Amino acid sequence: MAAIEIKDIIKKENLVYGKTKILTDNIMHYCPGCSHGVIHKIVAEVIEELGIQEKTIGVSPVGCSVLAYNYLDIDWQQAAHGRAPALATATKRLLPDHYVFTYQGDGDLASIGTAEILHACNRGENITVIFVNNAIYGMTGGQMAPTTLMGMATATSPYGREAALHGYPLKITELIAQLPGVAYVTRQSVQTPAAVRKAKKAIKKGFENQDKKIGTSFIEIVSTCSSGWKLSPVDSNRWMEEHMFKFYPLGDLKDSERNSEEEYKKYIE
Amino acid sequence: MTEEIIIAGFGGQGVLSMGKILAYSGVMQNQEVTWMPSYGPEMRGGTANVTVIVSDERISSPIVHQYDTAIILNQQSMDKFEKTVKTGGILLFDPNGITHPPKRTDIKIFAIDGVEEATRMGNPKTFNMIVLGAYLKIKPVVKTENVEKGLRKSLPERHHKLIPMNIDAIKLGMEKVKEFSL
Amino acid sequence: MGELKLMKGNEAIAEAAMRCGCDGYFGYPITPQSEIMETLMLAKPWETTGMVVLQAESEVASINMLYGGASCGKKVMTSSSSPGISLMLEGISYLAGAELPCLIVNVVRGGPGLGTIQPSQADYFQTTKGGGHGDYQVIALAPASVQEMNDFVGLGFDLAFKYRIPSLILTDGVIGQMMEKVIVAESKPRWTDAEIKKISGTWATTGKTKDRERHVITSLNLESEKQEIHNHHLQAKYREIEVNEVRFEEFQTKDAEYLYVAYGSSARICQKSVQLARAKGIKVGLLRPITVWPYPTVRLSELANQVKGMLAVEMSAGQMVYDVRLAANGKIPVSHFGRYGGVIPSPDEVLVAMEKFIKEGK
Ligand SMILES: Cc1ncc(C[n+]2csc(CCOP(=O)(O)OP(=O)(O)O)c2C)c(N)n1
Ligand code: SF4
Ligand SMILES: [Mg+2]
Repeated sequence: MAAIEIKDIIKKENLVYGKTKILTDNIMHYCPGCSHGVIHKIVAEVIEELGIQEKTIGVSPVGCSVLAYNYLDIDWQQAAHGRAPALATATKRLLPDHYVFTYQGDGDLASIGTAEILHACNRGENITVIFVNNAIYGMTGGQMAPTTLMGMATATSPYGREAALHGYPLKITELIAQLPGVAYVTRQSVQTPAAVRKAKKAIKKGFENQDKKIGTSFIEIVSTCSSGWKLSPVDSNRWMEEHMFKFYPLGDLKDSERNSEEEYKKYIE
Repeated sequence: MTEEIIIAGFGGQGVLSMGKILAYSGVMQNQEVTWMPSYGPEMRGGTANVTVIVSDERISSPIVHQYDTAIILNQQSMDKFEKTVKTGGILLFDPNGITHPPKRTDIKIFAIDGVEEATRMGNPKTFNMIVLGAYLKIKPVVKTENVEKGLRKSLPERHHKLIPMNIDAIKLGMEKVKEFSL
Repeated sequence: MGELKLMKGNEAIAEAAMRCGCDGYFGYPITPQSEIMETLMLAKPWETTGMVVLQAESEVASINMLYGGASCGKKVMTSSSSPGISLMLEGISYLAGAELPCLIVNVVRGGPGLGTIQPSQADYFQTTKGGGHGDYQVIALAPASVQEMNDFVGLGFDLAFKYRIPSLILTDGVIGQMMEKVIVAESKPRWTDAEIKKISGTWATTGKTKDRERHVITSLNLESEKQEIHNHHLQAKYREIEVNEVRFEEFQTKDAEYLYVAYGSSARICQKSVQLARAKGIKVGLLRPITVWPYPTVRLSELANQVKGMLAVEMSAGQMVYDVRLAANGKIPVSHFGRYGGVIPSPDEVLVAMEKFIKEGK
């Protein structure tokens, strides 16, 4: 029997999985186990599956995902810390037939950028927001984030988060869900294949909602930051399941009945 | 006396703390010191380096681009810093993971099998102390007793029990360092 | 004498704050200065001196927390790096307008925009030429060693209260991240209510008692004539500071034929270049502004009668050089050498620039 060589195996008919073309070949700078990489991949797959590469504009934040523009082959704007929703607002209003999304961390969205996200959502901007909540400032070296859990030790809460000193973790997603301008709010995760599939479905829905012009779609992804948490990637996932999911339960928080622009207009009136 | 040293390797090899211990030891013998690290996200799994200057006089620039001694612990750092050693200066390296050994003939080159010796000692964490020992054998800039004093001052109390092991590692490095020839 | 320690510049700022009786620190994480808040959070001064330490939600919030704290006559401070300071500029203008004493630390990084986290000196214009809106100044101290990082915290507060003005420490990633020997001062207690009354009792919002009029901290004047009078008052104060508070250091200027002018980490680099130049027989000296506002204009214009040329060395595209030119006032050639965007020049590179300057006279 002749030996089988690799080149005999790599054939179109044997292909069971391929990387989406929306993802570039650049090597990601994320730490091993970081959720950002997986989330990038599913956003990219959604853009490919919807065939909207030419009409999609991403707005990247300041945070570890500041360099998202190196990894998704679409047009990008890189915003100042916290201001992505403001950029997205103007972009969507000036290019209404485009798909506009922000990709933001918890420090970016829920601390310095609280005003921008609340008001963009309150105006019901027809954009999709991908909110990566890893409960820490990954990029600057593991400082406390607004979403850091009680008792969690970080570089600026070295003895654990304490309410009297640092306030409570902010459930910004629950707050956002209260706003009438927001059509769809969901909380997902990406630590297992099943979770990834669900998260991807949610992101897809978020993009499809832009066609319907029914208001903002807000997708939180509860994530890990093994470097900031000082845990191995595997332990990070375990820790997230045990602690983060308790405070940030997964699932849909809001899915408006409205299905079209007309219904949305009626709803507003 | 002024000694300008660059220590360069991977983040996680104890490069910065080796420099810190050297700086502390200088302080213990009343010398002037500066310790200037590379910083930022490029250190995430990438290279880390620190410039340490020990001097009898007030130190002017903490930034220099030419060094009396380069302590080099990975190939990337070899590529970057071999050429920065002053003529007549010293290059000390750990051959582990070095694919292109140093080639210069106008400097003195020494090798220490730090990774191997640390593994043999049963504690990979002593690696940087073995390398420090090797350096101090070549250039006794600070006395071993002052290194011990420096460790005592810089380490939190609960780690003081580790000091004897670190001193042993330094002595081992002093023993094992050898001149490198092409 | 205080205790001898080996510390990073950023740590020295935090340590000095706790020891000088600071009442409050308010900040937001940003590289390369996050160690300041991290050191404070680790030390828990609220349990010892009672100093408040708070991670704010943004730099906009931090600087307005300073406005509130300073209004109460308290010693309050913040620290950040370039992009964060840009966000604070509105607040700094308000603090200056309302004449509130406070301390701001800028550990400068390369810009513009998000730029880089590596060291830079490109915030000189922002610091010394206003930055925010309106005619205002802040006292700006530029440390060149970790010892000075420590010392200038206390000095910054002293000057801030002496003149009712924001003080700013203008430093960079080199001095912030570097470790050197520091002699830390003996701890001073925070001011008591009685002391605050003595120091700031005529204006601070501490609660209206029967024995005094109400105190209002504001920068608003609806009548332009009144606002002009307020501006006259501010300008008179700035002139007074220009006379009294200029600080600088000279290095081998006595017989110098050429002069480096550099502050902060660039001055340290130039100091080495002076040594290298002297070894080659070139008579070069260095003037290091310690206060970049007020600027050592008078001394520089004296030196312009002695030396044949001045080279401003900055980690910027050329900002302070304008102040050197003003001081030299056309008497001699003045030029600029800089690396920027986060690149640090080497002493040799700076010497080469000087040799070229000497040869070409420009
Ligand atoms: C005005 C301003 N302030 C502070 C910073 C520093 N900074 C960069 S990223 C970041 C926080 C990032 O945290 P997060 O948004 O949670 O993103 P992650 O890195 O965790 O994904 C901060 C504070 C900045 N770049 N600009
Ligand atoms: S620091 Fe955290 S968020 Fe940033 S890349 Fe690493 S794991 Fe991801
Ligand atoms: Mg985060």
